[in-house]
Amino acid sequence: MLYALKIATRYLTASKAQTALLVFGVAIGVFIFIFMSALIGGLAEFIMMRTAGDMAHITIQAEAVDPALLQPNTGRTVLLVQEPTTQTTAILKDTAAFLPLIEALPGVTGTSQQINGSGFLTRGVQVTQVSINGLEPGHESVIVNLASYITEGTANLGAGGVLVGKTLAEDMDLSLGQTVRLQSAQAIDAALTITGIYEIGSGGPDRRQAYVSLATARTLFALPQGVTRIEIKLADLYTADALAPRIMALTGLDAKSWTEQAAQLLEALQAQAQTGFILKAFALLTIIIGVASALLLSTYRRRPEIGIMRAMGAGRWFVMVVFVSQGALIGLMGGLFGAAAGYGVLLAFPSRVSFGPGQSGLPIDIRQGAYGLAIWLTTLGAILASILPARAAARLDPVTAIGQ
Amino acid sequence: MTALLEVRDLVKTFGMGEAATRVLHGLTLTMEAGELAALLGPSGSGKSTLLTILGTLMHPTSGSHTMLGLDLTTASDSALTEFRNLHIGFVFQFHNLLPDFTALENVCFPTAVREGRETTAARTRGQELLVRMGLADRVHFPTANLSGGQKQRVAVARALMNRPELVLADEPTGNLDRASASQVMDLIAEINHDEGTTFLISTHDEKIAALCRRQIVVGDGIVTG
Ligand SMILES: Nc1ncnc2c1ncn2[C@@H]1O[C@H](COP(=O)(O)OP(=O)(O)O)[C@@H](O)[C@H]1O
Ligand SMILES: [Mg+2]
Repeated sequence: MLYALKIATRYLTASKAQTALLVFGVAIGVFIFIFMSALIGGLAEFIMMRTAGDMAHITIQAEAVDPALLQPNTGRTVLLVQEPTTQTTAILKDTAAFLPLIEALPGVTGTSQQINGSGFLTRGVQVTQVSINGLEPGHESVIVNLASYITEGTANLGAGGVLVGKTLAEDMDLSLGQTVRLQSAQAIDAALTITGIYEIGSGGPDRRQAYVSLATARTLFALPQGVTRIEIKLADLYTADALAPRIMALTGLDAKSWTEQAAQLLEALQAQAQTGFILKAFALLTIIIGVASALLLSTYRRRPEIGIMRAMGAGRWFVMVVFVSQGALIGLMGGLFGAAAGYGVLLAFPSRVSFGPGQSGLPIDIRQGAYGLAIWLTTLGAILASILPARAAARLDPVTAIGQ
Repeated sequence: MTALLEVRDLVKTFGMGEAATRVLHGLTLTMEAGELAALLGPSGSGKSTLLTILGTLMHPTSGSHTMLGLDLTTASDSALTEFRNLHIGFVFQFHNLLPDFTALENVCFPTAVREGRETTAARTRGQELLVRMGLADRVHFPTANLSGGQKQRVAVARALMNRPELVLADEPTGNLDRASASQVMDLIAEINHDEGTTFLISTHDEKIAALCRRQIVVGDGIVTG
């Protein structure tokens, strides 16, 4: 084994330019592999953070309860008229009883009790329809990291404060400290002071949303107790599908995983991962074909030597190991160089963490380069690639190979 | 004294059908241990073919082949590989040495390939052989930098590395000038005398043949003299 390795090494160093070219070719394949891994991984994480990162991982929504009906005797058609004013908003009561249970579950990093509804924001003669989110003070940034999106003022919601998006502020010419009037669909209104302006970077929340404190929302929607929604954040968003049923069993409430609403996003991410997988597979295939053809050429060129080695008592297995070792060494060297080059080039890109929404370029994640996997797969691929040429070499008839 | 090797009724046919060429027509030959024999015959008479069969690199079409009391006619490839390594040395006319290795590395090959590595003992013996071949100052030379005569002497040293009973040399001096050729032949004769190694050397050079104690002449695929 050791001796076969010595001969393999000598063969590689004997034709330095050719070996260097081959290793270079393999390194390019590895580089592409690593770059794709970092890009697809970074992109997925970026998209996740931009969308799923700012969304609740598990949501408990109060179910609208239809008012009970007294069934008339059979055979009669009943016309039912529902008065809008008497419609009761579905609420979750006794949150204090089950919230600690949810918060104690492993993997739950935060909960947010909310009262949500729609309403109108008025300043002077300008009126804009908005969706109103009532958040607990101190829990403003649990789901959407509001604090990080604040461009003016603060994310802390006081009793008479309201947070609006930057687009809305621009559209209505609002500025920090101004007073606006917020009216709910229940026609209750409140005068509120703009204490913060945020820019999340996506249209909806920036244009049509107003955050108020839970207490303000209670007044606006006439809900002296309970909340309309509980949102739950997890350490690992992929555990949501497993945790939602547990929460359901624990509380008897309808807990939904984010994946139920985000099927499209997941599909897109999956498609993206598949594209990456195909590109990486092609990079590997190129490496395998390159190594195989180079070694096939080498076995042809060294036919007389193979014949001599066989005449001197080298077995077929020995010849096989000599050529497979060459493949393995090329793969390993190409893998190492490619991985080093990949890491070096990725260093030049802005880190994924610092990559912002408006920034041009690529959200590459240097930690997702899959360096070890790239080196390992390349070496394995090169070994596989060398088996065919090595077998051809081992099966050469020594007499015709020597060609006396 | 029992025979070192014996071939009986050797037939070798290349190709099939109309393209078939019969090279050996029932050749029979016996060699005793310690012989120094020349294999003579015109070009195309089957000398190389016979040496290849004796060297276990090729099976005859029919006939028997025994050496050291072993029937090699039907032995497996791996058995023959081991047998070759231990009992037979080769010197070819061309393409003799591994070009990317030094003289010493080439000489050590037959031992190293069996032991799995180049041991110190093997290197010592390889060096001794090269000194004996008059190549003391060429031990670590890449073989590409050696002259034709030096290359053939390295090849002889390598053929002797595992102390084989038989060395088969196919026109070892065919490519050399007269001075180099006789130098190689003198060394072969010396080894044969000192160590008792059996040599079978194919040549069509009468002067070379004259240096051998026995002359075997091949013609029409059989031994004619
Ligand atoms: N592999 C082969 N296929 C077909 N014919 C061959 C082969 N090897 C040798 N021959 C033929 O066998 C004959 C004897 O060749 P060879 O043994 O090399 O003779 P010599 O060494 O005496 O010159 C030649 O006619 C040659 O063409
Ligand atoms: Mg010949």
